[in-house]
Amino acid sequence: MTGVNDDVRPGREGPPGRAELLRVEGVTKAFPGVKALDGVDLRLLAGEVHVLLGENGAGKSTLIKMLAGAHRPDTGRIVVGGREVAVRSAQDAERLGIATIHQEFNLVPGLTVAENVFLGRQPRNRLGLVDRRTMNERAARLLERVRLRVPPTAPVAGLGIAALQMVEIAKALSLDARVLIMDEPTAVLTSGEVATLFGIVRELRDSGVGVVFITHHLEEIAALGDRVTVLRDGRSVAEVPASTAEDELIRLMVGRDVTEQYPRRRTPAGAPLLRVRGLTRRGVAGAPGFEDVDLEVRAGEVVGLAGLVGAGRTEVARAVFGVDRYTAGSVEVDGRVLRPGDVRAAMRAGVGLVPEDRKAQGLLLDAPLHDNLTLARLHRDTRAGLVDRRAQRREAAAMAGRLKVRMSGLEQPARTLSGGNQQKVVIGKWLLAGVRLLILDEPTRGVDVGAKVEIYRLVNELTAAGCGVLMVSSDLPEVLGMSDRVLVMARGRVVGEVPGGDQGPAAQDAVMELAVRHAEGTETGGETGGQTGGEAGRQTGRETGRQTGGDKGNTSAMEGSDVG
Amino acid sequence: MSAEAAVRAPGTAPAEWFTRAVLRNGPLGGLVALVAVMAVLSRDFLHGRNLLNVGVQASVTAVLAFGVTFVIVSAGIDLSVGSVAALSATVTAWAATSQGLPVVAALPLGLAVGVVAGLVSGALVAYGRLPAFIATLAMLSVARGLSLVISGGSPIAFPSALNHLGDTLGGWLPVPVLVTVAMGLLAALVLARTYTGRAMFAIGGNEEAARLSGIDVKRRKLVVYALSGLFAAVAGIVLAARLTSAQPQAATGYELDAIAAVVIGGASLSGGSGKASGTLIGALILAVLRNGLNLLSVSAFWQQVATGLVIAMAVLLDTLRRRSTR
Repeated sequence: MTGVNDDVRPGREGPPGRAELLRVEGVTKAFPGVKALDGVDLRLLAGEVHVLLGENGAGKSTLIKMLAGAHRPDTGRIVVGGREVAVRSAQDAERLGIATIHQEFNLVPGLTVAENVFLGRQPRNRLGLVDRRTMNERAARLLERVRLRVPPTAPVAGLGIAALQMVEIAKALSLDARVLIMDEPTAVLTSGEVATLFGIVRELRDSGVGVVFITHHLEEIAALGDRVTVLRDGRSVAEVPASTAEDELIRLMVGRDVTEQYPRRRTPAGAPLLRVRGLTRRGVAGAPGFEDVDLEVRAGEVVGLAGLVGAGRTEVARAVFGVDRYTAGSVEVDGRVLRPGDVRAAMRAGVGLVPEDRKAQGLLLDAPLHDNLTLARLHRDTRAGLVDRRAQRREAAAMAGRLKVRMSGLEQPARTLSGGNQQKVVIGKWLLAGVRLLILDEPTRGVDVGAKVEIYRLVNELTAAGCGVLMVSSDLPEVLGMSDRVLVMARGRVVGEVPGGDQGPAAQDAVMELAVRHAEGTETGGETGGQTGGEAGRQTGRETGRQTGGDKGNTSAMEGSDVG
Repeated sequence: MSAEAAVRAPGTAPAEWFTRAVLRNGPLGGLVALVAVMAVLSRDFLHGRNLLNVGVQASVTAVLAFGVTFVIVSAGIDLSVGSVAALSATVTAWAATSQGLPVVAALPLGLAVGVVAGLVSGALVAYGRLPAFIATLAMLSVARGLSLVISGGSPIAFPSALNHLGDTLGGWLPVPVLVTVAMGLLAALVLARTYTGRAMFAIGGNEEAARLSGIDVKRRKLVVYALSGLFAAVAGIVLAARLTSAQPQAATGYELDAIAAVVIGGASLSGGSGKASGTLIGALILAVLRNGLNLLSVSAFWQQVATGLVIAMAVLLDTLRRRSTR
């Protein structure tokens, strides 16, 4: 990412002389029970990168789906190139020169790169058959432009997430898009990949394309953006230059000052709650192993688990909770040994796990919220085989209120909540199950600033009530800021401990030093070595994202794009 | 939702109102529409006796379909229910008639056969990790084969005490309809209120999330297929009682009717949704269609075409309905 911040060009506040590509005026959109958009204005000029900023649930997704033809506005206007238009379908958007790169890619894994780029628009020869040679040649030229070094004939299935994104961009280029919308494109990339992406976006911008760029990483705004439109509660609340200070952007986004980013309130640690001794499992394909892991969590304590991707943190968390078996070692809760590979035994002992991938592992996406909230206490609410549904609803309503879940009602399907609210529901499920030791695996991934702080407050409440928390996180400031102690893992082993509470660069360096030194020889180690702690923190987060995100990208591409 | 439709009704054309009512009320709307059409086309259709006849015709499919609902809600499929129904009836008749066992022993034996068949399918799915389609396809073949083996290929007279299950009470109320109502209430209770029922929705909605929330997924799957087998056994015994004999080739192809009834009733084959009431409506739609077409003297060949069209229409309407409420 070197060189990103010193790219300050004159006149990047968007001079009025540039042509207007797209204008959204006073657009509103209501879904049953929710007003998703409540008066949004957006003005995109040719040759600018326009950042769309807002918390989860602020309406960003609805807005870009509207521009992509998936939703239609209830009121308001969309103006493209000076003419009011109706974007009724993806084809309409394509004709208007609007291309959207969603977080979940629309690629067909079984087809080649070239076939994906020209999907549905393959060049034909005189017989009406696909002209493979022309297609591959044209694809090769596009791949050149996005600096993707794979042959056009390579199947998409084998590509990493960054490459998939480049294929999507190549597809947008092949459509001659004038407006390119990118929904959190950097969330799953490593720093190196982000730098490449920024280079390509700048080239596009300089060639006159207007880019709408969504990101949760505030530092990327100054690095890449020209102007920022901030959405809050479905309204556009401000249009400011990208050089606006981060504090001010957060204030605009959240609507208040977020004074403490990591409001950890320490509670005196009590008796040992969780004791893991000599936990060992050999790695298998796709899941790294771990060796001789010792750790302890006391009542009232937050213990962080930091490290690079593939260090085995998630695997340890899963083994402790009984999801996966282990070959040696023991897990004790309150001095009693848990049966390996038995989730229910762990639950009976008061352990809960908020998994890494909430959509795939944490939620019943199409089930109502009350079912999701009470899932882990189903046993407890059962008497003589019959479930006390009334009690369940009562408990669910109380918990949703306590967690301030933003919803239209308990019948709302979990799928339609924003990321932060979904995560609150997963945590609420364990609170309702009467958890005493909560394992959080990447608790704030894809969660906006406001909901993050609420989740941290919940952690404080838990420890104040004498519970213990084991927090796996790749976000270094977070894991340092919220933990009382941070254990660092590398290559399946716990390689050191760092005190928590201080999330400054020195502490981050100390963690990375441990994580990288013991993971010597890996690509990540070499890359991060010379960078500052903050950069390295991002690095670990991105690495994690790439692995899980890669699988996700593939499956979602197979399922199509009907999400939401 | 229906209140909303009612509010909007004034001011819209009747045809539009009708379409909207069907769309909003899903399967029930479809059934009402179908009954209305049949009543107009055939004078005999709405007679009480004929309607009870429809109920009898729907009963076996409905009971089978209640069992299949459990499986489909948990994102599985059970192709074996027709064969299992025949096997259960055959074993019951064989035990009572050929072996001279008292009915109080033969009946539980027949029901137990259904449960065991379900447990075997369930074990193959949950522990053997076979796809449900394959495991139950195998059971379809095995159960059919066993009922042929046991019966030697020919019908066995059903014990007369059990033939009352096919009777009509007080000259008008058919017992199969009573059995259907009882099994329907049982299915509704299981789905809505029991631990296993709620677990079915969780497993069908997201099996991994269910497992990580402490649902004993494997054991619940066993129970789900065992319940399906039990319902199949009840259906088989009702069918044999109506025919007064257990026929080894009975209920061939009924599994597809049962699946169709569940799907017409609004359940999703990808799991996580489904209702006993919807399944009952689905079975009634199929029965009304067959009965009505019979009354109209439509040939059996064209009836098959019509049934296929109704299945496609029903699911299409349901898909549209869901999309419009999204």
